[in-house]
Amino acid sequence: MSIKVRIPTPLQKLTNGQPEVEVTASTVQELIIELEKSYPGIQARICDEHANLRRFVNVFKNDEDIRFLKREKTPLKDGDEVSILPAIAGG
Amino acid sequence: MSFVKGLKCRECGRTYPIEAIYVCEFCFASLEVDYDYDALKKAVTRSQIESGPKSIWRYRALLPIDGEPTVGLHSGFTPFVRADRLAKTLGVRELYVKDDSVCHPTWSFKDRVVAVALSKAKELGFDTVACASTGNLANSVAAHGARSGLKRYIFIPSDLERAKILGTLVYAPILIMVRGTYDEVNRLCGEIAARHRWAFVNVNIRPYYAEGSKTVGFEIAEQLGWRTPGHVVCCAASGSLLTKIWKGFKEFEKLGLIEKTKTKIHCAQPQGCSPISEMILSGSDVLKPVKPKTIAKSLAIGNPADGYYARDAVKESGGTAEIASDDEIREGIQLLARTEGIFTETAGGVTVAVAKKLIEQGKISKNESIVLAITGNGLKTQDAIESSLAAPLVIDPHLSSFEDKVLTAT
Repeated sequence: MSIKVRIPTPLQKLTNGQPEVEVTASTVQELIIELEKSYPGIQARICDEHANLRRFVNVFKNDEDIRFLKREKTPLKDGDEVSILPAIAGG
Repeated sequence: MSFVKGLKCRECGRTYPIEAIYVCEFCFASLEVDYDYDALKKAVTRSQIESGPKSIWRYRALLPIDGEPTVGLHSGFTPFVRADRLAKTLGVRELYVKDDSVCHPTWSFKDRVVAVALSKAKELGFDTVACASTGNLANSVAAHGARSGLKRYIFIPSDLERAKILGTLVYAPILIMVRGTYDEVNRLCGEIAARHRWAFVNVNIRPYYAEGSKTVGFEIAEQLGWRTPGHVVCCAASGSLLTKIWKGFKEFEKLGLIEKTKTKIHCAQPQGCSPISEMILSGSDVLKPVKPKTIAKSLAIGNPADGYYARDAVKESGGTAEIASDDEIREGIQLLARTEGIFTETAGGVTVAVAKKLIEQGKISKNESIVLAITGNGLKTQDAIESSLAAPLVIDPHLSSFEDKVLTAT
């Protein structure tokens, strides 16, 4: 399943400057593993030592926060878009 | 002269130069301005602050700009009002209102943060500024940016109060209403910020912007006679203001301007959007984002970026949290208005309502000094209370009508 992943600026050094990459995965968890295979170092940035997403990292599947879905176990299908974003404040 | 050393990651401590960046490349946590406190300690005194301008810029040494301030020269140093009538109603001895409902120029505490953000954006060479906003920030970026001659892109959720939309449009920015919640607007802005060289005050300028909120804490301490109160009650959306009021107290303490602070800071959130208060009350270590549903639209951030830091500040201070329902918010707005003559918006209603609850629960002692951080103006959220106010008395222009309908009715 080919998933389009939008990469935030601070991580684009690891993706050779590409703001968008494609990987094959059926869950968010798998997607992180696949990202790490293609772009070594990326997992350590967005996940802690227990391989859980860091608390300041927001992941969206088709614009929905995965914390409202099944978190790392959120299923992915062909054509889904995943966006990784740092938490930002405002008001 | 600047006392800024650089930016520093709040989690891992890695340091970065002064640029329009906001997130640690290594652990994704947010960056914060790092100051040379040893040099500050030698340079900053009470009398030096007291002789400064009556605005946030009297604390310029503790704000992250290099040159002279260029934006918001009249923002901040808002009234600090002893609220004896409200105190009597709530059964407490010493109560104050820090009244940012009259902050210049757009009547909310956001005028402080935007003054700092745009002064910094200009120093960094930007000609375009932008923000994602629940309303008050939109008003302030639109106004401050107009006077600064900056191009402005302002993104808001489409269900905002009419007054907040008009109060943005009048300054002629490019206003973009996004069909979605604030959290969705914010996510979109995060993605736009990555593609355009704009100064997004709450994204890539955030480390500087957020520092402006410290001035609420500085002013409370100075206006109380260089001491901090027993309690501060503060509403929370992203959690940044509460965190920075606490930081302001701690900085004053570090610089020897005040004694060790014993203030307990309490978090006030509305029912329907209270992820930070819930985390504090349940003792959980995980912030659960929510889909907001509340009349306090300026607090409707379901995924608050500074939620963990607000929790940490509350915990460190020994404070707590509470949640106010829509009805309690309306009652809080009216209570402050009828006792103290201060008309605050829904967010301020949350603060008043939560203070009332914490006093009733005995979590705020009746004999300790209390400060309510009132953050915005009631004229912006009139829709919320319209139906709960008494109707005016309507009479004919005759004395008999007056005597009949007014004297008998009141």
